[in-house]
Amino acid sequence: MICHQRNTNLPFPSHLRKIVLAGNPNVGKSVVFNTLTGLYVDVSNFPGTTLEINYGQVGTDCIIDTPGIYGVSSFNDEERVARDIILSADIVINVVDAVHLDRDLFLTQQLIDMGLPVVVALNMVDEAAREGIKVDHERLAQLLGVPVVPTVAIKGQGIEELKKAVASARPGRPLPELEEMLAPLLPKVHNRAEALLILEGDPWIAACHRLRPMDKREEIYLLRRRWVDEIVAAVVQEDMSQASLRSMLSKWMLRPLTGIPILLGVLYILYQFIGVFIAQTVVEITEERIMQGYYQPFIEKLLSPLLGQGPLSTLLIGEFGLLTMTVTYILGLLLPLVVGFYLSLSVLEDSGYLPRIAVLVDRVLMKLGMNGKGVIPIILGTGCVTAATITTRMLNTPRERTIATFLLAMTVPCSAQLGVIASMLAPLGVRYVIAYVGLILIIFVAAGTVVNRMLPGEPSDLFLELPPLRWPQAQNVLKKTYTKVALFLREATPLFAAGALLLGLLQVTGLLEVIQALLAPLTVSWLKLPKEAATAFIMGFIRRDFGAAGLYSLPLTPKQTLVALVTITIFVPCIASALVILKERGVREALVIWFSVLVSAFLIGGILAHIMI
Amino acid sequence: MTLEEVKEGEVYRILRLPKKEIRSQAIRLGLWEGVVVRCNGVIPKGPVIIERNHQELAIGRGLARKIEIEPVSNLKVRERKGEIKL
Repeated sequence: MICHQRNTNLPFPSHLRKIVLAGNPNVGKSVVFNTLTGLYVDVSNFPGTTLEINYGQVGTDCIIDTPGIYGVSSFNDEERVARDIILSADIVINVVDAVHLDRDLFLTQQLIDMGLPVVVALNMVDEAAREGIKVDHERLAQLLGVPVVPTVAIKGQGIEELKKAVASARPGRPLPELEEMLAPLLPKVHNRAEALLILEGDPWIAACHRLRPMDKREEIYLLRRRWVDEIVAAVVQEDMSQASLRSMLSKWMLRPLTGIPILLGVLYILYQFIGVFIAQTVVEITEERIMQGYYQPFIEKLLSPLLGQGPLSTLLIGEFGLLTMTVTYILGLLLPLVVGFYLSLSVLEDSGYLPRIAVLVDRVLMKLGMNGKGVIPIILGTGCVTAATITTRMLNTPRERTIATFLLAMTVPCSAQLGVIASMLAPLGVRYVIAYVGLILIIFVAAGTVVNRMLPGEPSDLFLELPPLRWPQAQNVLKKTYTKVALFLREATPLFAAGALLLGLLQVTGLLEVIQALLAPLTVSWLKLPKEAATAFIMGFIRRDFGAAGLYSLPLTPKQTLVALVTITIFVPCIASALVILKERGVREALVIWFSVLVSAFLIGGILAHIMI
Repeated sequence: MTLEEVKEGEVYRILRLPKKEIRSQAIRLGLWEGVVVRCNGVIPKGPVIIERNHQELAIGRGLARKIEIEPVSNLKVRERKGEIKL
């Protein structure tokens, strides 16, 4: 049954010849893909996973990109998706990084052992030359038994030759020891590639053939590793004389003494770009001037004569209207934020800096139940909690994803909210700023520690490849941003519209006012705030920064301001991120997160109020 | 000794790797029993950075504690004899 599903669910046109691009992460695979297919590609979500797969038609060929992997098997979603696409391939273009040949050829040899027709694109030969590495590509082709084409994909070098070489793709020289091992399996499986994966202990493929996965993985991996090392020794010549500036920079980034100042500098630049430039300057133009200044009056003028004053008018063009609030937020507010956010993310990703931050903070984060990688969503959260919640996917275990999502929802204020908070705290003096930052940090550490204790299991250990530091390529960064933004809009719009509709219905039925009245005792007697603060909390659910903005106009004492700001920071995430939490973590977990965040917001706020006021 | 006790700039041979899952991943990344690696950095109480050829790997403390190694002293001599490849 699994087999059947596997094959029918592949979302590619079946009559075309399938050319699959495979390679390790960060080898320039997507650049090769872009130069081969041009701009017009399709993106599809792979069935049953959250991974996006790019593919494009060129003539009678369908060229398919795959996630970066170190080998074909099923350790994680990326590998399972790549495995299924590779198994369906007619030809595999294997992109390898000339600088890291000993790592990359492991996958190459595995593809060859699977018996697939392969062409190797020996990429980044220019960078290898700069590092003093020379690769004898003719000898490499000889040893592998498949064509090898040297390329510099980002400059388009070698791409024409690569296209021509596809015609001469052929199965290469497999490890000789494999034949004996494969012999008993082949009559049962009828497919060399799948038989090899069963030998290597892939439980999914074995289940397909109603066989048990075999336990030859380590034996085969070691044979392959040795053979690859022999190849590398034969074809690579190195000049190790220069210790480059890049490796020095890499070292500085990793050591706490130099790494922390570098990190703070980078965070400051990111904050200036997303938090100040995009969230304030750009959004002021797109949301306030364009959407609220031109679009909303236009649509209201156009439709109000038709709709009159009834509930339909409130639902469509009212305060939370489908045609007013939804459109304004998505295009005026979310779009610029998401573009700025993904631009920064792509630059950070492509430069190779993110894994180095993960190494730097690993020690601290292990105490909060995540290994160093957990810092990445947290950093991104200060830009936009919603988008950052999506990036928790990069963490290894569901446990770590839950902890990161919880910390994001509870303690990380997003850029727009930070702006409002800063403008309210600054006039009160340094003492209040330090008190606020200190309190949020304490809550962050306490919440992480508590969740880490409560959830069964342990944080997984960091085991991370550090890619070389590189200057990001503009074309690649823009393309990545475009793809991700398009996907975000497609996914977020319906969710957002549904949320707006719900609020509109609450308003039409008068329930919104009832909720406001119900909240009043909590705010007045427990938090010791004016009763109007209740409205701010409801607004805070719609948008985090609106909650803070709602407090802005209230007459508050400095102490009340601190209580209100701490409460509103912890308080439930905005609709968009609440819905993303639901989508990413499932109903049960989302309810637990929402509920505990809500309770702790009022609990901590109330305790603070009773101590101070 | 274990990978937790390494010094920066020194060269070591991997003697034993833990757990199955890590082993397979490690072998793909060029790390297995008998391989010689150079320590490129030790973050205080944090991960250990090792390098093999031009590939850098960061290994969390907990994992480093479970990887057994031995120092490789007269590397040049053994390299000349062809016993090891760095």
